[in-house]
Amino acid sequence: MPQKLLRNKKKAPSLWGSIDWLTIFIYLVLLALGWMSVCGACYEFGGTGSIFEFSTRSGMQIVWIGTSLLLAFIILMTDDRIIESFSYIIYIGFLALLFITPFMAHDIKGSMSWIKIGSFSIQPAEFAKFGVALCLAKVMSTYGFDVRNWRDFAICIALIVVPMGLIIMQKETGSALVYTAFFLMLYREGMSGSILFIALSAVIYFVVGVRFGWLPVMIIIQIFTIGLVLVYGRSGGKKRLGRWLYLLLPAPLLAFYLLYLSLRDRYLPYCLIALFALGSVGFYYSTDYVLNNILETHQQKRIRVLLGLEDDPRGAGYNVIQAKIAIGSGGLQGKGFLNGTQTKLKYVPEQDTDFIFCTVGEEEGFVGCAIVLLLFLSLILRLLHLAERQAHTFGRVYGYCVLSIFLFHVFINVGMVLGLTPVIGIPLPFFSYGGSSLWGFTILLFVFLRIDAGRNRLQH
Amino acid sequence: MEGNYELAKRKYIIGGAAVIIILVYLLRLFTLQLLSEDFKISADSNAFLKRIQYPARGAITDRNGKLLVYNQPAYDVMVIMTEQIGIDTLDLCESLDITRDWYERRMAEIKDLNRNPGYSPYTQQLFMSQLSTEEFSRFQEKLFRFPGFYIQKRSIRQYSYPNAAHLLGDIGEVSPEDIEADPNHYYRSGDYIGKLGVERSYEEVLRGEKGMEVLLRDARGRIKGRYQNGKFDEAPVPGRNLTMSIDLELQALGERLMTGKLGSIVAIEPSTGEVLCMVSSPTYDPRIMIGRQRGKSQKLLAADPRKPLLNRAIMGQYPPGSTFKTSQALTFLQEGIITPQTAYPCSRGFRFRGLKVGCHGHGSPLPLVPAIATSCNGYFCWGLYHMFGNRTKYATVQDAMTTWKDYMVSMGFGYKLGIDLPGEKRGMIPNAPYYDKAYKEDWSGLTVISISIGQGEVNLTPLQIANLGATIANRGYYIIPHVVKEIQGMPLDTLYTKKRYTKVERKHYETVVAGMRQAVLGGTCRVANTSFYEVCGKTGTAQNPHGQDHSVFMGFAPRENPKIAICVYVENGTWGATYGVPIGALMMEQYINGKLSEASKARATQFENKHLYIPQEYSLQTLSNNASHAPETVKE
Repeated sequence: MPQKLLRNKKKAPSLWGSIDWLTIFIYLVLLALGWMSVCGACYEFGGTGSIFEFSTRSGMQIVWIGTSLLLAFIILMTDDRIIESFSYIIYIGFLALLFITPFMAHDIKGSMSWIKIGSFSIQPAEFAKFGVALCLAKVMSTYGFDVRNWRDFAICIALIVVPMGLIIMQKETGSALVYTAFFLMLYREGMSGSILFIALSAVIYFVVGVRFGWLPVMIIIQIFTIGLVLVYGRSGGKKRLGRWLYLLLPAPLLAFYLLYLSLRDRYLPYCLIALFALGSVGFYYSTDYVLNNILETHQQKRIRVLLGLEDDPRGAGYNVIQAKIAIGSGGLQGKGFLNGTQTKLKYVPEQDTDFIFCTVGEEEGFVGCAIVLLLFLSLILRLLHLAERQAHTFGRVYGYCVLSIFLFHVFINVGMVLGLTPVIGIPLPFFSYGGSSLWGFTILLFVFLRIDAGRNRLQH
Repeated sequence: MEGNYELAKRKYIIGGAAVIIILVYLLRLFTLQLLSEDFKISADSNAFLKRIQYPARGAITDRNGKLLVYNQPAYDVMVIMTEQIGIDTLDLCESLDITRDWYERRMAEIKDLNRNPGYSPYTQQLFMSQLSTEEFSRFQEKLFRFPGFYIQKRSIRQYSYPNAAHLLGDIGEVSPEDIEADPNHYYRSGDYIGKLGVERSYEEVLRGEKGMEVLLRDARGRIKGRYQNGKFDEAPVPGRNLTMSIDLELQALGERLMTGKLGSIVAIEPSTGEVLCMVSSPTYDPRIMIGRQRGKSQKLLAADPRKPLLNRAIMGQYPPGSTFKTSQALTFLQEGIITPQTAYPCSRGFRFRGLKVGCHGHGSPLPLVPAIATSCNGYFCWGLYHMFGNRTKYATVQDAMTTWKDYMVSMGFGYKLGIDLPGEKRGMIPNAPYYDKAYKEDWSGLTVISISIGQGEVNLTPLQIANLGATIANRGYYIIPHVVKEIQGMPLDTLYTKKRYTKVERKHYETVVAGMRQAVLGGTCRVANTSFYEVCGKTGTAQNPHGQDHSVFMGFAPRENPKIAICVYVENGTWGATYGVPIGALMMEQYINGKLSEASKARATQFENKHLYIPQEYSLQTLSNNASHAPETVKE
């Protein structure tokens, strides 16, 4: 340790030398590609306006990009320790803002999440992610904090669920779902993988069950249960072969046998596996109820269309079909900048915001899409690398929060355009038109870059 | 903290998840963008509205330049649903002369996606089709009161005269079979195509070529301008005009004369093969086949047991009766079976080995010319008997039959002549294998003796009989009869200019011409005699199993430089001289003199009113159309 301190003292590197320029480079390239896509999405055939005019969305996006760059510069100029020390205040401030939003908001397509300031509208939910990430990082970096401790875990959950609830109250379920991305960070910090496994299982049961009926689901449950027993079960014993025969029992009966075993052997994992198996069966039988009674009609419809249960080319399926047509018609090289017909002629709804990836697909083709997706992948992997090299828990947790959010946005947004995930209205970072989301992502990213830039600083 | 090292490994799981997600997405993009062309097609059919521009169909005139068929503007009323809110429906219904009920029903139909799959509330939808000019101008005045309603001009076919329905034909919406059958895939559902007559046979010439405008259409169906300023547009090529060889006045007279009779009149200009008139009775007014009422008229005509839709001139296959004897005389002369001086006995018919073919009373024995003039059955039976029995010339009766058949085919019998009208029938000329099969190879000239007098297995169309007349008038050749004389800016098919010689020499034709002249001067066709020009003719009284004999006349005039050859065929008209000859005479007079004399006019009226059945008239007046405005198609 002393040696390291010594070295740091010697070469106290400048701020500009410590910034991760690679990330900034990727950020700038994505911004440029994003602006091109907004141009493509807003351009009208035969329209008179230039793409640079402020009356157009492409012109306005230049303003948002300019202010974002300014914002990034300001953040880099700010001491990250100040930001860190304001974490709780920022979090509480955002909670308050989220709380009052529905009361101040004006209704935009049923959403109560926009506040009007002068001639601009901002969406606090887009910024609140930053506050939650900061707060989580701060809390988890306190001495002795361990996610594996259920009390500490409960604190994390509370920090995540409260803003989620407030956003759901604004009727922005999509934005609220983004907060589940933080579980990825929690996993890195020690949360049991079984939670992710259970969540993944639930999704599989749901999709398979709704599409193919009960038998395949039961087979999957059986496989999962057997797998768990094989991994966590007690190995060794006298009659090795005969021992495993009971695994051929159907899952529910198997579960009761496992319960018996756990009581007999005083071995907890058997009990948990049994609960998993029973819970799986119970979950499967409740999905129908959830799908039909708890979800709202438009949500039910989106899910049914996604799973191919309903064909509704003029309704819920319209976006997805037109998006696929837009992307599919791009071919290898695309139709060229400003030449996409699907997007220009407004076949794809929300094409400059949630469905912006269509423009990339149509105008830039497979090559363009691959470049964009690989840029996002590089950004995420780079952030992973940066997060892992943080000397302090605060930086690492915050870094993971940022990359989890980016990953979630890309996963859902691109997935829904490709018809692989449900239609959840969240923006594609740096591409979707709009100041709030661009500022939000910029703040999120550059605060982390600032923290990273200070990683070599002598602490205490 | 212990376990931190373990936890650090989780970055691989998280990073791996990111990599897997992106890989799955790339794979998906690969399949969407590179493996399927479907999306490209969908995108194009979304964005590009290929609006077809219809060319003007060619006009049709008769040989004297009288306009027979032309295009007339008609007007469709279009509606844009989103714009037509708040109009006074009562006023609209009054202006268009429709009921409120009809309006409601029509509006519901337009919005019904099952019946109108292309429906969009933002684009023009067909509300009412084919308003007449009067209806249009009445509505036009009030149009400003009905926002959302528009007028679209289109053109429909119009006929100047109530004649020549079978020749002119009509157009109708293209059928799925037509679309399928067209190798060039020219037609789209809703297009019009010639259904009958020259409208069908000259379809490709008349229709022109459709043009196309490539427009950009947005998601709401609104037109956002032309794609790349019309770079990919194609201008329509208008159809060519046709001049028909028909003389309208002759045609009209023929139709008048055939009123109340079943049958046909075909007249040909021998030197060119041009068809001067082609009457098929019963007929109908072609104007009843226009526009909205076509379907109804079609049904009505199809239901008539007398088959007014059948063009008997080319589709009717009849025994030619004695008119056929001319062709026999030519064959026997050419084959050397007879000379003009050969005389055969006839004692009220042909009697031989118990076989009897009856004949009427006339002197006996007769040489060829008077035999033709008196239409002696015996003469031609003997001729055929001698030909088929001639074992020095023909090894077998089959050989004789084949030779005979070749003569018949060279005269245009037994196969379609190839007239430029759809649906021509080939008639029937038996050949040796036919009889071998029918009589188990045990037959002789006697077995088939009745073919020599145009009975038995022999069947010809009236067109083929008229063509026989033209061939005799030309002394040995014919040009395939055709009804179109000229195509604007295009030469006529050489098929219709080439002379086709028969197997018989000119000198033999002169003999037959003399016989036919004799028939007019003192034989069966005396009624046709006139002092203006020399008429040659031959009657026929064709027996048929269905009832009264058919009355036939074949002739031409004048004898030298003939201008017209004609066939008149009146079903169940008994003697050739009863209907065939007088009608033929009137027709020749009309064509050669350009008009009828006063006496002939009276005679024409007399024949017009001489009915074999109670005629059913199909004209605009009789088809009292109760103005149903149901649109047939959506068309731009």
